[in-house]
Amino acid sequence: MKALSVAYKNLKRKKIRTVLTIVGVGVAVAVLVSLFGFDAGYQRSLNNDIDKLGYHILVTAKGCPYEAATLMLKGGGGLRYMEDDVYKRILNDSRIDKIAPQLVASVYNQEGQGGRGAFALYMGIEKTYLYLKPWSEFKSGGWFSGPDSDEAIMGYEAAEVEQRLVGDQIFVPGINKVLTVKGIFQRTGTQDDGIIFIPLSTAQNIFELPGKLTGIGIKLKNIQDMAQFEEDLYNVPGIQVISLAQVRGTILNLVGSARAMANSIALIAIFIAIISVTNTILMSVFERTREIGVMKALGASAADIFKIIWMETILICIFGGIFGVAVAMFGSSAVEYIIRQTLPYAPTGKLVLIKPALLALSFLATVVMGLIAGTYPALRASLMKPVEAIRSGE
Amino acid sequence: MKECIIKAEKLTKTYKLPAEKILAVREIDLDIYDGDFIAIMGPSGSGKTTLLDSIGCLTTISEGKLFILGKDVSRAKESTLVTIRRRFISFVFQDFLLIPSLTALENVLLPLHFARLPQEQRKAVEVLKRVGLGHRVNHLPSQLSGGEKQRVSIARALVISPKLLLADEPTGNLDTKNSQEIFDIFKQLNEQDGLTIVVATHNSKLGSLAKRMIIIQDGRIIPREKSIL
Repeated sequence: MKALSVAYKNLKRKKIRTVLTIVGVGVAVAVLVSLFGFDAGYQRSLNNDIDKLGYHILVTAKGCPYEAATLMLKGGGGLRYMEDDVYKRILNDSRIDKIAPQLVASVYNQEGQGGRGAFALYMGIEKTYLYLKPWSEFKSGGWFSGPDSDEAIMGYEAAEVEQRLVGDQIFVPGINKVLTVKGIFQRTGTQDDGIIFIPLSTAQNIFELPGKLTGIGIKLKNIQDMAQFEEDLYNVPGIQVISLAQVRGTILNLVGSARAMANSIALIAIFIAIISVTNTILMSVFERTREIGVMKALGASAADIFKIIWMETILICIFGGIFGVAVAMFGSSAVEYIIRQTLPYAPTGKLVLIKPALLALSFLATVVMGLIAGTYPALRASLMKPVEAIRSGE
Repeated sequence: MKECIIKAEKLTKTYKLPAEKILAVREIDLDIYDGDFIAIMGPSGSGKTTLLDSIGCLTTISEGKLFILGKDVSRAKESTLVTIRRRFISFVFQDFLLIPSLTALENVLLPLHFARLPQEQRKAVEVLKRVGLGHRVNHLPSQLSGGEKQRVSIARALVISPKLLLADEPTGNLDTKNSQEIFDIFKQLNEQDGLTIVVATHNSKLGSLAKRMIIIQDGRIIPREKSIL
């Protein structure tokens, strides 16, 4: 007969109450794990997305930095345009390693998504775009036959959705243009997978934006030159310069309020769980006042009683922890889905990253929570006087 | 000469209530020797239970002196009283007070756990067999009759091989047949094992089995001829 066994058997006496308390703790733990998992996963995915952009700096027309950050990561349309003179002006800067002009346009396709309608994203690029992204590979086909050919290279997912193969023709709705699929990229795990690429000149022609660009991606030879390079470009009128660090900061700012809210919810959930466990155990202590008195009469010290009651709390929290961790692991896809629906920008890749270290830490936090929650009831029980406790129900 | 297990000198116990002070037992002198079988009798509220609680170190005394095995424990700390309860004194209560979530065997093992003694299952089963419950070791209290519960309670008290067994109205909740069985167990424990037993009871039959009878009234021990019993 061990204190642990006494504690465990006592919890089994009031099964529903015990299970409900365990579920309460489990929910708090699941929230905690999901929150920290999201924190880690989001930052990792964001960094990954930014690294895969392949450039250090994006030059865009002056406007909202949030919009520009979105353009940088999502290739969003409906943006401001700048003259391609800017491109010509900075093209020969000796600090530049690689530079790629882009023109992004989105076209509404009524037939898209099985007749529900969807925006198709087109990006006008030059071959330099591939230099920025050396990991890009063709699944089939290859580069455009000429700088102003009516051809398209489809991102992996764009081709999958449209079910296109090299040689097929695609129709650009609204502007009545037919393009021939010249190539299909391999999956990159980035936003590029959903884009239809066309030659920059062709894009400027068909979207009637001659000499216009939405952005210029720049990779510097030496990252240390970034600050000076940015400063030099500040003098160029009508443009803004966005560095990767800024984008990272901008996106994190955007999700900051969501994170603060999630943090508050997690704290509240943990607080409620602690109160609920304390309440359950305290109720159980009051119900067992006579038993506690008898145990003292049988030789139990205050420490023995404290240990038994504390163990009950810790057991509840351990079971709650296991339950919560399981819920967090199996429910991470659901959490990810909700986050993607609510956040203004969600990077590609897994948003909720649950590592063993996080599970171990959350589990430890649950045990600590048990220790805190159990202290008062355990103290209360251990300080009962045997005679008063035994005679309490008479 | 027999060893004096309990010696009470002018033992007084007062309970302080918000409005008044209650003198539950007053100036009791009592010697309990090894092998004694004492029945404490008296009307309800006379102080029998308080006297048992006091000599059983379940509560501290207010005035007077109390010696357990020659050691003065009148003002002893709770830790000392715990040690005495763990090793020397056992209790049997009117309401059995078994732990409902534990089987008969586990209830009997519990005092060994608290006393930090080896939890020999064989020994626990032996004492259960001794009280006639060898076939009910794995039953929960809810699966036992009143008489069986009280026998588990006695087995639980015996498992630490105490010097003194204190029983507070042990037959109070039992029918005549079960009461008789408990009487027999007590008698056997005293006569065959020489266990010192002090029983607080209303039951005159159980009282008559004891070697000595103490009558208590209004918190004092009174001569038998003056008692109203």
